Parts: sequence; structure tokens; C-alpha cells
Amino acid sequence: MKLLRFFTAGSVDDGKSTLIGRLLYDSKSISTDIIETLTKQSKSTGVDTDIDLALLTDGLRAEREQGITIDVAYKYFTTDKRKFIIADTPGHAQYTRNMFTGASNTDLAIILIDARNGVTEQTKRHSIITGTLSIPHILICINKMDLVDYDEEVFEKIKTDYLKFAKPLGLKKVSFLPVSALTGDNVVNSSEKLSWYKGSTLFDFLENIEIEQEDSTKESRFQVQYVIRPQTDELHDYRGYSGSVLSGTFRKGDQISIYPLGSQTTIEKIEKHGIEVNEAHADDPIIIHLSDNLDVSRGSTIVPSNQSIQNDNNIEATICWMDNKSFQNGQKLIFQQNSFTSKAVIKEVIGKINIHSYKYEESDGQIQLNELCKVHIKTAENVSFDSYKHNRKTGAFILINENTNNTVAAGVIL
Amino acid sequence: MDYLDQLEAEAIYILREVAGQFDRPALLFSGGKDSICLVHLALKAFRPGKFPFPLVHVDTGHNFQEVLDYRDELADEIGEKLIVRKVEDTILKRNLQDGKGKFPSRNGLQTYTLLDVIEEFEFDACIGGARRDEEKARAKERIFSVRDEFGQWDPKKQRPEIWDIYNGRIDKGENVRVFPISNWTELDVWNYIKREKIVLPAIYFTHKRDCIVTENGQLMNINEFVQLDENDTIVNKNVRYRTVGDMTCTAAVESVAFTVDDIISEIKATKISERGATRMDDRVSEAAMEDRKKGGYF
Repeated sequence: MKLLRFFTAGSVDDGKSTLIGRLLYDSKSISTDIIETLTKQSKSTGVDTDIDLALLTDGLRAEREQGITIDVAYKYFTTDKRKFIIADTPGHAQYTRNMFTGASNTDLAIILIDARNGVTEQTKRHSIITGTLSIPHILICINKMDLVDYDEEVFEKIKTDYLKFAKPLGLKKVSFLPVSALTGDNVVNSSEKLSWYKGSTLFDFLENIEIEQEDSTKESRFQVQYVIRPQTDELHDYRGYSGSVLSGTFRKGDQISIYPLGSQTTIEKIEKHGIEVNEAHADDPIIIHLSDNLDVSRGSTIVPSNQSIQNDNNIEATICWMDNKSFQNGQKLIFQQNSFTSKAVIKEVIGKINIHSYKYEESDGQIQLNELCKVHIKTAENVSFDSYKHNRKTGAFILINENTNNTVAAGVIL
Repeated sequence: MDYLDQLEAEAIYILREVAGQFDRPALLFSGGKDSICLVHLALKAFRPGKFPFPLVHVDTGHNFQEVLDYRDELADEIGEKLIVRKVEDTILKRNLQDGKGKFPSRNGLQTYTLLDVIEEFEFDACIGGARRDEEKARAKERIFSVRDEFGQWDPKKQRPEIWDIYNGRIDKGENVRVFPISNWTELDVWNYIKREKIVLPAIYFTHKRDCIVTENGQLMNINEFVQLDENDTIVNKNVRYRTVGDMTCTAAVESVAFTVDDIISEIKATKISERGATRMDDRVSEAAMEDRKKGGYF
């Protein structure tokens, strides 16, 4: 059985939480005690249906009080075909950083559009983030079809508008689906009222879209997380480098280079769960042993010597600013890419993304919360990286404020 | 990769990040199935090396004996350090009011002991077996959940957690709660136990037990702490435990499951959630878990 991770995004009141609630409810993934609690609560929120499905994901007191989603909620359900992890992300512009959080490692973006409102500023913002994060699939759910008389023309017009706007974003696979989360039309059960629509229901779509397989022929990347040295009598010389294969394949006997220094040796042994294996693939948690005793530590990147990786301390990237305090020139930062960290500064703010035109605008050097900017970062030590579009594992990083320890930005290397 | 391999790989990655990022981590071990899985994952992450953390058990004094025996045997068998701190001692030391009423739970009191043991050993990271599918406040919590020096969780100030990049930087006195199996469901845990052939304490499987039926219809074990009164009828039932905790607030469920396969079938068929079936402590109010977490609960 395979795992599919997806997230939902949309403007406030587009009905994201209701859609997830509907998906879980109609696919019989909610327990009876939870339904009872919801029914009780629903009476107090005054929603016009028997049960307010949005309450299912709004897990915090403040969210229930205000009737909005503030933070990402994770929900899980399993069908005969797949296990699903859903990140329900907030719609308010002020919580865009949480959307970034929920979206980052998913396979599919579901963006909701209210059929009455069409493409809004938030739709654009969410689509730009989805494009920036190179999410493999996008599904545009045109919701509240019940409020526009299930009109095909409304659906088609929004589709045309969206495609026109999205053209320059370089989105991967885009699909469109008309639904009503409130009434359940086309969520799990197909709807006669939408008989003009010939595609699948949301549920069928989720069960059947292709999940991108990790390409084992892709460039091979490994980063050391933790050095294992038992230092016992019988394992006196044992020195294993633990970590997960970020991409590609590693084999026993491979000639490899260790960055940032670039020193070379061969892989003497690979262990996985205590058993020696001949090769290891993307995501495998392994322990690598090297033939020579070299300077290798947490954050060192291992690459086959017949492949190359960029090594530089000058990096161009698109970042999303996530701190309430805006960026200050000269601010001391920590650059973290998986297990690698280095001190860093933003040398230059090259441009800001205008969410209407999707063009870089000239910058005044400021970066505010939730803004997407193209920047030039300088790190104290060389970083080993690929462009994010090429490799989501080695092209992604976060920036941490050295003073407050907060994660202040997420970035993708260009 | 199969979904269990993916969940396992994610958990091992997180455990190794803890080892790489913190000076004094600890693994909170309750003897329940989730923390038993954590130990199993830690073996995969660090063997043939030693764990870079001790196992820490906050003992409410209301534990099932089978679970305590299991705990000691396991620590012994894998040769890792086990630290036990008792809620009983905290109550005496801090002059706290012990649980009262018919079911005198120490669930709330264990937060004091937990915060004390964190301070005593200056733990900077505590690994726990909490899962997001358990409860809706937990569904909102990060995998690296930063707590202030009072152990408090502030749901509005959570750090963004992007990709698999975990920011564990903290100031002295603060600590991080780390939940490697956040993305596992109850069923995933059982499927993993089956696949890995993990041995569990016997109370997870069906056995005969004298219980009383509460007003919510839950089956409560009779023990020295529960106050019986004349309205209680004692019934002898075939039961098992879905969760293992303070026995004054953890209910048993009727079951005929002798094996892990039987349990998996029962869970697939059940209509009631894990905590809904077994926990009295969540029923206090709608935000009971959120409030406990804000107060330092794990």
C-alpha cells in the first residue's frame, strides 16, 4: 500500500475544513464518539446543517471560537488502496507561513475556489506557493457548486480564468473538479446534479492519481545525520555514518566524494536495520562505512565521484518570510539544509514577487511576513546543493534567526 | 516504498536528528505500545551503538504490574539506562493534593514529575510516542514542539516546520518535545507491531477481568485506588486494553483478540476512536488536551 500526502488551501470560508470533514465522513473514516461530540458542538455554532464538519479539523479553542483555521491540522485516513495524510492549511493571508509548512512535503495540492467568487488573490498566492514548492499535482476544487445552481458555465469560466493566470507559474499537472463540500456532491459520491461533469469524484481522484516514484537513477545524494561510534571492546574501530539516502542509489564499493571538502574514498559497507546490504535507495535510513578515516561529520554530503554537485557559499534563492518581525539588513541567520548548518546573511534582496503579475518587482531591501522574495544569500561555509526544481531534498533550506532561534524563512535554491 | 517503510524511515530520520541536534535528550517510555515502538525504532536507528539517550518513565503509581515488569525486562534486555521517577514522591515533596473521587487519577499530577525530571537531568529534548490521530489538539502539534522553561506549549507561536528540516535550536532552560510517530495512526502502529513481530505486555490481549461499568458504559478495572460504592455491579468480562496508562482513568474494551491479527480486525471494525473508548481524562471538556499541553503535559 502506498502513502499519498496532500494539502488543502483556499481563501477563508471557501470550505476547506468542510471538504476534509466531508471526505472523512462520507468515506466512513470518523468514529461514532467523534461524530457525537461534533453533533453537540454543531448545535452551539449555529451552522445550518446537522453537523458542522469543519469542527473536525479546527482543533484549537481559538479556532472553534472564531470559526477559522489558524494552524495546520493533520488528518489521516486509509482506504483499501492507499493511506492518506492530509494537511489542512489556513486560508487567512496572515497564516500563509503555516500553509507553506503544510504544503512543503506533499505530493498533491488541493486548492479550493468558491464558485461564486472565482479566482481571488488568495488563489493566486496559494498557486504561486504551490509552484514555488514544485508540488507534483494540483487539483483545483471549485466548491459551493450548490450555490450557483450546479452551472457548468460557471465552472468552465473559472477554469479558463485560472489557466490564464497560472500559465507563467510552470505548475506541473493541473486538474479541475466541481464539488459541494456542504452537500457532498462529487466528494465521495458522484452527483446527478453535476451530470454534465464526466470526470471522477474527489475520492476516486485521490485513490488513482499517480504518485511520483523516487527516481533511483537520479543523482545520488546522502547527508550524514549522526556518527555512530560504539567505542566498546568488540566494536572498537566501528565508525558508521548514519543518515537517509536523499536521492538516487548508493552501492557498496562506490567511489565517493565527501563535501564540502571534496575528499575521496570508497564505500566499504552499507548497513540497513543492522543488516549489511549491497545497495540503498532514496529515503532508506542507513549507516555507511568508508574505507578511509576522513574528516566526516554531521552535515557532510556524500556524492558518487563520477557525479557532481554545486558547492558554493553564494546562493540565489526564492524565500518566503515567516517571521512576524520583518527582515533587518545585516540580521545574523543560520542556514539549515537537512542536517547541514552554517551562519549566513542575506546580502541582497533582488526582487519581490508580485502576486498579480507573477513578476519580480524591484525591492526596497525590506522583507515582510508572508512575502516571497528572490535573494542572494552568503553562507560562512560552502553549501553542497542542487537547484530545488531539480532536487527537492538538496535544494531546500530554512533560515533561523540566531538570536531568537525562530525559523524566519523557508527557501528554494534557484 | 510501502507506507510502513515510509513511516519507519521518517521516524528513524527524526530520532537521528534528535541525536545530532541535542546534548541531553531522553526518551519518555510508558510501557505502552507507542513507546515500545519508539524503542524498536531507536534500536534500528542507533545499533550497534548505544542509544544517545536514557529511557525515562514517569511512574504514576497507578500502573499495571505487567507493564512495569515489561519495562524492567526490556531495559535489561537491550542494556539501556532506565530512569524512573514517581508521582508519589512529587506529591510528598511538593505537598500536592492526590487525585480524589471515585477514580482518583494522577494523570494531571504526572506533569509535575515530568517537569521535575526534565529539570533534574537538564534534558533538552524529550522524545514521546504521541500521535496526531489521537486527539485534535495533538493534530496541531509540530514534530519538534518547542516548550518554554515552564514546559508550556503555545499553539499560536509554533515554529513553521518545513520539509524534513527540523529546527531544534533553543535557549537554556527550554526544551523540545519530539514526536517521531506523529503521522502514524493506531492501525499503523498495530500493522507495524505485526510486521516487526514486536512483543507487547499481556494486557493488550484478551483476558478475564473483574470490572465495573461506568455511567458512560466504560469498563473500569477494579483496583486498590478505585472507590467502589453500593451501586456498582462487578462484572467479569473478556477484555483487553487499547491504551495503557493510569489505571484509574484508562478503560478496558471487550475483546476476544488473542493475537495481533485479531486486534487489527477488531480495530478495523470498531466505530469508536482509541481515546474515546479508553480515556476518561479527555472527557472533562472540549479542550482538555489543549489545556494540559499548555500546562506542560507531553
